[in-house]
Amino acid sequence: MFDLDLWREIFQSISKNKLRSLLSGFTVSFAILLFTLLFGIANGLENTFNSFFKDDAQNSIFIQSGKTTKPYKGFKSGREIQFKNEDFDYLKNDFGDKVQYITSRVYKSLTASYKNEKNNYQIRAVHPDHQYLEKTLVYEGRYITAKDLQEKSKVIVIGRLVEEDLFAKTVALGKYVNLGGIQYKVVGVYRDDGGDNEERMIYMPITTAQNIYGNNDYVDQINLTYNPAMGYDEALSFSSLLTKKLKDRFDISPKDQRAVRVRNMAEASKGVNQMTSVLGILILVIGMGTLIAGIVGIANIMIFVVKERTKELGIRKALGATPKSIVRMIMLESILVTALAGYLGLLIGMGVLELIGDSLKQYFITNPSVSTSLIVGATITLILAGAIAGYLPAKRAASIKPIVALRDE
Amino acid sequence: MTFVKTNKHINQMLEIKKLHKSYPIGKDSLHVLKGIDFSIKAGELVAIMGSSGSGKSTLLNIIGMLDEADEGDYILDNVPIKNLNEKKAAVYRNKFLGFIFQSFNLINYKNAVENVSLPLYYQGVNRKERHEKAMFHLGKVGLTDWAKHLPNELSGGQKQRVAIARALAAQPKLLLADEPTGALDTKTSYEIMDFIQELNDEGKTILIVTHEEDIANMCKRIVRLKDGVIMEDSYVEQVRASQYV
Repeated sequence: MFDLDLWREIFQSISKNKLRSLLSGFTVSFAILLFTLLFGIANGLENTFNSFFKDDAQNSIFIQSGKTTKPYKGFKSGREIQFKNEDFDYLKNDFGDKVQYITSRVYKSLTASYKNEKNNYQIRAVHPDHQYLEKTLVYEGRYITAKDLQEKSKVIVIGRLVEEDLFAKTVALGKYVNLGGIQYKVVGVYRDDGGDNEERMIYMPITTAQNIYGNNDYVDQINLTYNPAMGYDEALSFSSLLTKKLKDRFDISPKDQRAVRVRNMAEASKGVNQMTSVLGILILVIGMGTLIAGIVGIANIMIFVVKERTKELGIRKALGATPKSIVRMIMLESILVTALAGYLGLLIGMGVLELIGDSLKQYFITNPSVSTSLIVGATITLILAGAIAGYLPAKRAASIKPIVALRDE
Repeated sequence: MTFVKTNKHINQMLEIKKLHKSYPIGKDSLHVLKGIDFSIKAGELVAIMGSSGSGKSTLLNIIGMLDEADEGDYILDNVPIKNLNEKKAAVYRNKFLGFIFQSFNLINYKNAVENVSLPLYYQGVNRKERHEKAMFHLGKVGLTDWAKHLPNELSGGQKQRVAIARALAAQPKLLLADEPTGALDTKTSYEIMDFIQELNDEGKTILIVTHEEDIANMCKRIVRLKDGVIMEDSYVEQVRASQYV
């Protein structure tokens, strides 16, 4: 039931008692403001940590080769280990469902040109699975396919920034780019959350690169993801197994740390996950602390407000106000002030985050913001707290005998 | 709301029988009212006098339903007042009683007309009618031009007139005035008394608690309390306040 007269009374009481309304509102605004800022900054920190690892799948294993550092089985140290397609096939086929996605990489650095635009780019020649490993987001056209590999097609998938550099405002898809003297058709354009460098890459089928640039079956690096169903310990033992098998395969001393390097992201991501959950707990503690401070503040203000109004409430009672109407008036007033002030604090907080957000990048705070649901939740909590905090003193005020309330000081 | 009406004593506005009231003080109790028998007819103007501690404030509080007696009957306009809970008391106060206080007790952030319309708000009268009635009663106390003024812009006498208009607005059966002139100078006091006498001439039943002899003499009947009992209850020759104004 909407009681217009009651709201008129409440609005009058709020607007005619500005200092009082301001005092109670300020506490709430400030609490919500702090809450917003703290949560925003904490979220910004979390965003930064996550972005470090957003680039690649978190269950990735990177395998690279180098020179041996220890003599073994008659081989001298200093021998170059070179992966080939057969090693890729071995990894792909001999480990069953433990391997989820797998790709080889061949690196090249070539000058690309289109019409008058010219630039030097990193080329990655890969298998189709690479898309999932690198979390490449193709938004125009397609990625490298198995068919491309089979036919050794001269096709490339270019990064968003490559398109920007070479094609300015025009569309790259379907055009031909000259890479070191050979024309490649652009079949896809992609985005990548890993940052600008990742978007300045060109992907091509690995078979094409092997055929054109070396006429061999050399592979620079093999990346794979293990089955995500594996736990942390399983993942680690899987990467040690890989290391051991590869060392056997190339006759490398088990103690040689350089010849084959297997890097497991599980180790790094475990650290990050721990960090993130600690941060989450920290945020929660801070947020709760701020809220509790806000609630205590409101409770204090409400006691003061009711005390200050004792006489007025006594007059109202003498004129026929029922205790219920007194309690309702005070509580609605406190809820209204709390809600408005909370909303104001939220707006200020979000504005401040918006304003200083970009300048905080250097302090590892990326895109500091708060989810609306969280803030609405916090505001509702404060309003409820305000209502509860207001209820007890209001109840007491309503039960004071008018004659006591009206007694001259 | 239904009131149980008894048809006897039809012209008795207020009837009090064997009223007792004690207040606990530590283990003992202080017997403040020791059997008060007293009644007021419609249209009377009665002064209750007594020194502090005589029980006159307690009596007024009980009549005003701000307090309840331990023992005895209280019948107001043929409605027995007992077993009051807070809500019932509020409704009865609103319906039967108009209060005038020594310190005016206006709400300081409401202007004159808003103060006067407050009891009507609690009667559930709509906004437009509230305003009309409040303006009418402000007119009766001669403050039409001051309707939009806040209490702190009014003189003491004007404040008390606003308070009287407010007490009248709800059209109560009985006006209760607790030292209505206590905070006013003599001249203003007489103006207020002149006004109260005029209201009484129009038929309003008014009960005044005072300790000032001259104010009491402007009523038609004086009830003197001492140590919780009525010492004297007599009709007096009313001194008209208009001759001093």
